[in-house]
Amino acid sequence: MSDEELTPRIAAFVSRSFQGRDIGPSDDIFALGFGNSLFAMQLVAFVEREFNIAIESDDLEMDNFRSVQAIARLVDRKLAPAGGR
Amino acid sequence: MLNPSIERPKALEAPEDFRAFQDEMQAFAAEQVAPHAAWIDRTERIPESVVRALADGGLLASGLPEEFGGPAGSGDDPVGAVIRHGLMHEALGIASASVQGLVNVHHMAGSTIARWGTQAQRKHWLPRLAAGTTLAAFAITEPNVGSDAGAVETRAERSGDDYVVSGSKCWITCGQTADLFVLLAGSANGPLAFLLPKTTPGLVIEPISGMLGCRGYGLAKLHLNECRLSSDLLLGRAPFGLTHVAATGLDAGRYNLAWGCVGLAHACLEAAFDYSRKRRQFGSALAQFQLVQRMISRMMTDLHAARLMCWHAGLMRGRKDASAIKDTTMAKYFASQMVNRVAYDAVQLHGAHGCGPVFPLERYLRDARVMEIIEGSTQVLETTIAHYGYREHAP
Repeated sequence: MSDEELTPRIAAFVSRSFQGRDIGPSDDIFALGFGNSLFAMQLVAFVEREFNIAIESDDLEMDNFRSVQAIARLVDRKLAPAGGR
Repeated sequence: MLNPSIERPKALEAPEDFRAFQDEMQAFAAEQVAPHAAWIDRTERIPESVVRALADGGLLASGLPEEFGGPAGSGDDPVGAVIRHGLMHEALGIASASVQGLVNVHHMAGSTIARWGTQAQRKHWLPRLAAGTTLAAFAITEPNVGSDAGAVETRAERSGDDYVVSGSKCWITCGQTADLFVLLAGSANGPLAFLLPKTTPGLVIEPISGMLGCRGYGLAKLHLNECRLSSDLLLGRAPFGLTHVAATGLDAGRYNLAWGCVGLAHACLEAAFDYSRKRRQFGSALAQFQLVQRMISRMMTDLHAARLMCWHAGLMRGRKDASAIKDTTMAKYFASQMVNRVAYDAVQLHGAHGCGPVFPLERYLRDARVMEIIEGSTQVLETTIAHYGYREHAP
């Protein structure tokens, strides 16, 4: 799945979670003050269900969740077949 | 516009699918747990035989992954597994809020390890938790830190490949009996979660007694005096120790507790039915008086509403829907207040008998009071739920 396909789906969830605010792909979600535990847990649940992947302990890096773009990259890596792209 | 995430909860259309399991769990709790409930309340401890029965009956494995000893078939039927897990907590809540609490914190720790543990941690700990050879608990609260978990004062300092952890934890359910704790500590890089075995040098456990309700919780203070924990006891990573790791356990605890409240309220209502049919005043059974009928109606409706919220939360959790966290929070928020209203009315309906030692009503009322305080106080949950609402409600 390409970044072009992933990013809008993630952006739509993030935007919907924050009163429909327009959040750019590279905007720092945490710097904007949205990075609370409620959203963090919902974001993980959304990503896992939407893309049928499992977020593991090793994926818990701030850089994986900092922006819509970063989340899309994480999902892309998780969706990549073993051996990488 | 509100998020249109609510779907018709299909599981509610076929509750008979779960009736056999519900009956089985309630029969187990009635035989193995309920006969000990008054003794547990009086002595403030849960007999080893009850813990063994829970383990032998598979109740300590409920909610854990099948591959690590959890219920057979749960992986193929996640919604059913979550609902059955809730029904188990309902059954335990009917029998003894204290025993329900033991199973609750055991599962909070187990679900956290299952969710965020490394494969080695899962393989080592989860089969032991499932078999009940290791009892687990959750250690977040501190003498100065309750709802504001992000402000924990227990500190973890890096020391070579290890961490040295110092501080105190307080009001830890099953602190007196647990073999393993999921512990939250602050660090230079943010909150960290650890697995803390009871045998760790430097860990001193101080029992707490004389609580208002849920007196069999086996509460304790944990004093950590430079406890050295190897990095393979780290659970997840900083700074996600609270937002993801501990939050997973707290979320599980809210679901379990909401069902436990439904069970406790069910016990109150059953007692109210029995007593109001038998007790006669002014020539009639209490059940014939319309003001008593009003109390019964309120109790029934309150309980039904809470049960539906628990079912719905279970459905969303089983589907791994992002809204499940909100639904679970609302279920706990409602159910914990509901059980206080129901227990209050049940005591009122029993009159002096409700306050005395022969009937369990006074214990129900004391246990109910605790429910609004643990796993997120009513007031904290109110801010949380409102936050969800405003976040999702576009201006």
